[in-house]
Amino acid sequence: MSRTPQEAEETRPRTLAEKVWDAHVVRTGGQQPDLLYIDLHLLHEVTSPQAFDGLRQAGRKVRRTDLTIATEDHNTPTDNLFTIADPTSRKQIETLRANCEEFGVRIHSLGDAEQGVVHVVGPQLGLTQPGMTVVCGDSHTSTHGAFGSIAFGIGTSEVEHVLATQTLPQAKPKYMAVTVNGSLPEGVSAKDLILKIISITGTGGGKGHIVEYRGQAIEELSMEGRMTVCNMSIEWGAKAGLIAPDQATFDYVQGRAHAPQGEDWDAAVEYWRGLKTDEGAVFDKEIVIDAASLSPFVTWGTNPGQGIELSGAVPAPEDFEDPVERTTAANALTYMGLEAGTPMRQIGVDVVFLGSCTNGRIEDLRTAAEVIKGRKVADGVNMMVVPGSAKVREQAIAEGLDRVFIDAGADWRFAGCSMCLGMNPDQLTPGQRAASTSNRNFEGRQGKGGRTHLVSPAVAAATAVTGRLASPADL
Amino acid sequence: MDKFTTHTGTAAPLRRSNVDTDQIIPAVYLKRVTKTGFEDGLFAEWREDEKFLLNQPEYRDATILVTGTEFGTGSSREHAVWALKDYGFKAVIAPRFGDIFRGNSLKNGLLTVELPEAAVEELWLLAEVRPDAEVTVDLVACEVRAGDRTWGFEFDEFLRWRMMEGLDDVALTLRDEDKIAAFESNRDAWRPRTLPAAV
Repeated sequence: MSRTPQEAEETRPRTLAEKVWDAHVVRTGGQQPDLLYIDLHLLHEVTSPQAFDGLRQAGRKVRRTDLTIATEDHNTPTDNLFTIADPTSRKQIETLRANCEEFGVRIHSLGDAEQGVVHVVGPQLGLTQPGMTVVCGDSHTSTHGAFGSIAFGIGTSEVEHVLATQTLPQAKPKYMAVTVNGSLPEGVSAKDLILKIISITGTGGGKGHIVEYRGQAIEELSMEGRMTVCNMSIEWGAKAGLIAPDQATFDYVQGRAHAPQGEDWDAAVEYWRGLKTDEGAVFDKEIVIDAASLSPFVTWGTNPGQGIELSGAVPAPEDFEDPVERTTAANALTYMGLEAGTPMRQIGVDVVFLGSCTNGRIEDLRTAAEVIKGRKVADGVNMMVVPGSAKVREQAIAEGLDRVFIDAGADWRFAGCSMCLGMNPDQLTPGQRAASTSNRNFEGRQGKGGRTHLVSPAVAAATAVTGRLASPADL
Repeated sequence: MDKFTTHTGTAAPLRRSNVDTDQIIPAVYLKRVTKTGFEDGLFAEWREDEKFLLNQPEYRDATILVTGTEFGTGSSREHAVWALKDYGFKAVIAPRFGDIFRGNSLKNGLLTVELPEAAVEELWLLAEVRPDAEVTVDLVACEVRAGDRTWGFEFDEFLRWRMMEGLDDVALTLRDEDKIAAFESNRDAWRPRTLPAAV
């Protein structure tokens, strides 16, 4: 029996991302983009005040306070839990608190046991689950894709739109696969992998695509590692990045505060098991990478695509064929104060930053602690350890990791975004050079005139010990 | 939102690519809770250099920014768009934009137009040689015009209509409130809720 085109469409093999997309379409067809339902909306103090203002001016409410949650992270101090010295930072935090109070939104404020970087808090509470749509006024919302969800950053106008309607109009994306075959070698982490991927694609290579990371090396990653990979999807321009949920995902979610329980758990898992790309589904584009060829990877320039193996040397602008890339590289070397040909391992640093939504989770702290245990931070180097959330901090203390860092001479801090973007006082001074586990090495990102090398937690710890970019194998 | 149909002004040739939103407005300028007053943060670090483009008197009144590829990548901060608008820019022309920035711009009446590298190069040369040369960005005809040169550009039909009418997305979406309610009534019961707090 022949099928109608519509029936054929419904049974056509689909990618994981298409399945999640299709399950959230409120309205489709016509000239307008699809209207997607949003399962979870995360808020923080920087990108929400003008959105709440918009609601007030229009006399609107938050449609689903039960799908909305706020935390304070970008502006919060990491040296204490009580005093926000900068009055404009304080005002922004106070504005979020007042808005949440007025509109009935749950908030985890500075000092609260669940406060922390918004992308660490969601998964930790069990609010991030497979097959969801998750948005936040923050480009690193792609982190939540690690659970097999479509998660992406939005602007403040869109924050207002989601608050008012719990939906977002979205043009249909394209779909890409990044397949990582084989296993990552010993000492090579999720961070090295994603930095390598971005160096291949450039900062715009993922534009317009939702990317599915898959293959043996991805399946072998912990949930923390998967979050690191998905987190940096935006750094190569992708709309979102996601990974099919599996037993590791279910194990991570199970038992968390907002995980389904009893029969609900069974129903959820049954649904989640179907969240994978069908045999025969077609991606618009595919990149294949051999994991076995990878080694620790770091950046030398001023965008996350300007990276190279730690064993390599600073490239010369002439190494790039594309004239735009050549100019960008020349500008980057000037800003970074680097000479072409310098071995990466000879680059000395002033600051090491361990933290952020990319690498501020418990596994990251464990990895770094293991490297630094019984060793000392090099003279003249300031190592700052900032847990991703109050809960991560609490767990690290329970495991004695705080002592390891403190004994090594590192600065053990409270949770927040901190030096990743330098909105609070944790900033580089002009000319200072940092090895940072964060996600952006843009000019001035970590403080005016500051120079950033993006690295993995293991490389960060080894670098703190030697004072130069290094991997644990160098110790 | 302000309606945008067509705009004629002079162009500022920013010969840089990969201008991320941290460059457009550094994080320390994001602390305001209002939607206006961000002009002082625009390219704040570059503007400290007296040789920077926007410090040159001939480009001070430019309303069209012509820049290299991957403009507006990185952080989702809508403040980048507000800063460009508050400073006086009405349109930005580049070979390619960061997705979130582009979406934000079109929600605030700042027209972002994608033209090929060769066209951008011509516009750069024009604005460098003749800073007072008029450039027209015409959303009705989907054209950029300067002197005797015309370049067509592609623009999503729905976004174009919304921009030309200055329509507010929330109001548009709320026309389908019944569909949202219907969708909500069919959601699986096990889907997580933030309230009541289970901690």
